[in-house]
Amino acid sequence: MTATYEEALQKYEPVFGLETHVELGTRTKMFCGCITTFGAEPNTQTCPVCLGLPGSLPVVNERAIEYTIKIGLALNCSIASWCRFARKNYFYPDMPKNFQISQYDEPLCTDGYLDVAIGGKTVRVGIERVHLEEDTGKSLHVGGATGRIQGAEYSLVDYNRAGIPLVEIVTRPVPGTGFLAPEVARAYVTELRDVLRTLGVSDVRMEEGSMRCDVNTSLSPRGSGVWGTRTETKNVNSLRSVERAVRSEVERQSGVLDEGRRVIQETRHFHEDTGVTTSGRSKEEAQDYRYFPEPDLVPVAPAADWVETIRKSLPELPSARRARLIESWSLSELEFEALRNAGALDAVEATVAAGASPADARKWWLGELARRANDAGLDVPELAITPADVARVAALVAAGTLNDRLAREVIEAVLDGEGTPDEVVAARGLAVVSDDSALTAAVDEAIAANPDVAARIRDGKVQAAGVLVGAVMKATRGKADAAKVRGLILERLA
Amino acid sequence: MPITRDEVAHLARLSRLALSDEELDHLAPQLDQIISSVAQVQEVAADGIPPTTHATGIANVFRADEPSPCLTPEQALSGAPAVELQRFKVPRILVEE
Amino acid sequence: MSELTTRTAAELAAAVSAGEVSAAEVTQAHLDRIAAVDAKVKAFLHVNAEDALAQAREVDRRRADGEPLGPLAGVPVAVKDLFTTVGAPATCGSKILDGWYPPYESTVTRRLREAGAVLIGKTNMDEFAMGSSTENSGFGPSHNPWDLTKVPGGSSGGSAAAVAAFEAPLALGTDTGGSIRQPASVCGIVGTKPTYGGNSRYGVVAFASSLDTPGPFGRTVLDAALLHEAMSGHDPMDSTSIDAPVPPVVEAARHGDVAGLRIGIVSEFSGDGFQPGVMTRFTEAVELLESLGAKLTEISCPHFKYALPAYYLIAPSEVSSNLARFDGMRYGLRTGSGSAEEVMAATREAGFGAEAKRRIMLGTYALSSGYYDAYYGKAQQVRTLIIRDFDNAFGQVDVLISPPTPTTAFDIGERADDPMAMYLADLCTIPSNLAGNAAISVPVGLAPEDGLPVGLQVMAPPLADDRLYRVAAAVETAFTERRGHPLLAEARGL
Repeated sequence: MTATYEEALQKYEPVFGLETHVELGTRTKMFCGCITTFGAEPNTQTCPVCLGLPGSLPVVNERAIEYTIKIGLALNCSIASWCRFARKNYFYPDMPKNFQISQYDEPLCTDGYLDVAIGGKTVRVGIERVHLEEDTGKSLHVGGATGRIQGAEYSLVDYNRAGIPLVEIVTRPVPGTGFLAPEVARAYVTELRDVLRTLGVSDVRMEEGSMRCDVNTSLSPRGSGVWGTRTETKNVNSLRSVERAVRSEVERQSGVLDEGRRVIQETRHFHEDTGVTTSGRSKEEAQDYRYFPEPDLVPVAPAADWVETIRKSLPELPSARRARLIESWSLSELEFEALRNAGALDAVEATVAAGASPADARKWWLGELARRANDAGLDVPELAITPADVARVAALVAAGTLNDRLAREVIEAVLDGEGTPDEVVAARGLAVVSDDSALTAAVDEAIAANPDVAARIRDGKVQAAGVLVGAVMKATRGKADAAKVRGLILERLA
Repeated sequence: MPITRDEVAHLARLSRLALSDEELDHLAPQLDQIISSVAQVQEVAADGIPPTTHATGIANVFRADEPSPCLTPEQALSGAPAVELQRFKVPRILVEE
Repeated sequence: MSELTTRTAAELAAAVSAGEVSAAEVTQAHLDRIAAVDAKVKAFLHVNAEDALAQAREVDRRRADGEPLGPLAGVPVAVKDLFTTVGAPATCGSKILDGWYPPYESTVTRRLREAGAVLIGKTNMDEFAMGSSTENSGFGPSHNPWDLTKVPGGSSGGSAAAVAAFEAPLALGTDTGGSIRQPASVCGIVGTKPTYGGNSRYGVVAFASSLDTPGPFGRTVLDAALLHEAMSGHDPMDSTSIDAPVPPVVEAARHGDVAGLRIGIVSEFSGDGFQPGVMTRFTEAVELLESLGAKLTEISCPHFKYALPAYYLIAPSEVSSNLARFDGMRYGLRTGSGSAEEVMAATREAGFGAEAKRRIMLGTYALSSGYYDAYYGKAQQVRTLIIRDFDNAFGQVDVLISPPTPTTAFDIGERADDPMAMYLADLCTIPSNLAGNAAISVPVGLAPEDGLPVGLQVMAPPLADDRLYRVAAAVETAFTERRGHPLLAEARGL
């Protein structure tokens, strides 16, 4: 019997942890010069080293070390002054040497943290370690019903991915998030992804597998101070799945404990379609990987000045940018989150840089443009309009050349590829009619055509001016500045 | 501390060696003898002595992140016992990692 | 046999370069010798007759076209089957790699090709370099040319036998615990273990990665030096290779001299367990060195007695991991049926011999959680103490000497199923491997009781390989003067 989430939270305190594997965006693999492009024909990007052929030897990719140090610094870690690679020994067909070169008790980075903003509060997620290892090959399982291992007749292995540098980022257990545990877990992965993207060390696409998460979950009976047995959930392939996996494990484990049974320490598999986890490998007989220092490699001792150079070259991290923008644009946390979640931060910032006000920039990107992106199934930055274009439109509105309706028309036209805002305005003749004589003529015509309305206005019923404004707008095909028209009408009929 | 036949059988499984019973009967006592002998290292007082992984003392050997030529798929697959769809064909895997 | 096969490599190189004889003639002469005697010696697993002649003709063409010739142009070299050579198989003496043709070339053999050497064939060896007799070869043992009922030593026994049988003037071997020096000693030829890291291990199938050292065999000290120099040097494909100039070994070999040299006799390497004839010849060598002006003292290296057990923990640990890749999935033997796990286990069971299995299991044991500290960890500490013993010794003397191995060549079959007895053959050679030193074995006579060759081991600090050749050349010259002819002239086995 599974409990509901609410029932579970009444009795238990959820504790979670995350192990995230990130494929680094280096040009070549961790220990050899094979290229790392995604999606190549099978076994076209291999060599004796990444195939683990007898007699081959690894040589460390310096950029991979640099990127890992960057990640460690961005996560506020200490960088080891001396560390080694170690062999993790186990047999598996996607690992050509039947050991993985990884790091064991001497990781490159340790003891950091990442602050995660959620619901107006900040949760500090401790980072236990960041280390480097090599990725495995990829298997196709043939013959079973689901394409998974269970029931397969045989497997086909492609080693293009074998040897790609992989960074493993391990958090400390995160207690005390209570009800929000699933959201905090998701927010952590989101923030981590943004940090990594900002650093430019990986393209962090969960759907392509360049970022993979394993979620650890355990329950602590409320008030006991005793931590429960944790399970590890794999196959968590999206941000949403991170959240669902935590929630589903909390519910499942609660049900187990309520029945007086024990939670088994094991690896579980998350299913996107059902949103629940099923049992995988039992971790009761913990695998003994027989770690020992990699004898084909020598220690890595990053010089202090190299680390300093890397530290100085760090770009503005998401948390710093967030603080800066909230302050300089006078945003609330929620307003900022809205921008971030729409993926519009870069666009808005660039639009402001091109001369628009923050308010105008936000209005356009969060409103009209976010809508268009959503309709077209695109990300905001993929739209066919530049921040400079948007800033130009805002400027035209501010100058009175365009009104809101015309501005929207211009934006649509730019998105449809008709040219720059100025080109569109000229081509379509969209400028607001501001020539006074033409406008006065239109106003006089409207007054003449609506004598009773004009009479009411003369009597002091100014609201009636709206009718005449509408008539003028219609006559000018919307190319008049409404406020100005109204002003003219009232002047005329004063 | 002698090593039992069962423990040797366990080591064989860990090492993916499908030893026959006769082999186990033969190898287990030999392994026991060897382990007892190499255990001599424990007699050495080594408190505070750092272990040596490499005698050379070299550190920081790197390569630049520049591509070098790959093997062709034919070369990569040249020794493979079985190939399908330009991949290494392997028997069904029982336990998922 | 053709007189060409009795010449030294130095003589052959000079003759080819001067145009006195063609490289093709030289190679053919050696191919004829192999055809005549190898059915009895069984030094070779694969003879490249056509390819060798093609290589030789290429040398002749270069000479005819006035192109520069390398230092070993036209000289046949036998290659231990542990090196990857394109166009020839590499079995490593194991059934698990029977029929494997490497798709890439080792750095050392590539350098020899560039030096103009003719790679004439691949030689027999103990499986994956584990053994002291070639009896662990999956293809049957080689035979000592001095007495075909005796072992040629191991693991590079095939290479040593080939040189001693005049099938090739030079041969490549590897030395991890004595696998060049011990065969050299029991076959009456010269063999060197260069400084660890002085030679590239790229393309040398790994046994114990932190100990494996490729090295030369020759019938004379100068020949060994010529091969040593041609094969050595830093390799960016091998992270453990030393970035330093190759010590001037050829220069030293041409100027043998021990006057004023301080020589230490390792006091631990004598007494019980040493064949009386071996000690007799050793004592004579000591007297000879004194008569040539060296200063001899006894030096105690108290931790050397732990070198054997430390080695038989470190080497098996590394090899248990290095041999994991042989599982029938990507190359080599595949046998058995059922799941991948079952096929792996059946393949390794069928493909590996008894010694390989023993060492794999021993290594798995020593690295296991709970045993690591007491076994592997402790052995690495003992390694530090042995290095300190050497440092202390070399603070007092320039070189150390000892017998290379306690006995002369033993009978084929005598120790084949007695691992502990077999391991004792490495007693004197192992310390240099643990410390990464340079060491050489040079012939100093025949044991009176059996008429079989005895060698003298000289040990020098890392990167002082030239010191070895200076001493060995002095010994060789003095010895040959006394005897009137090189030792090998007395070999009666063939």
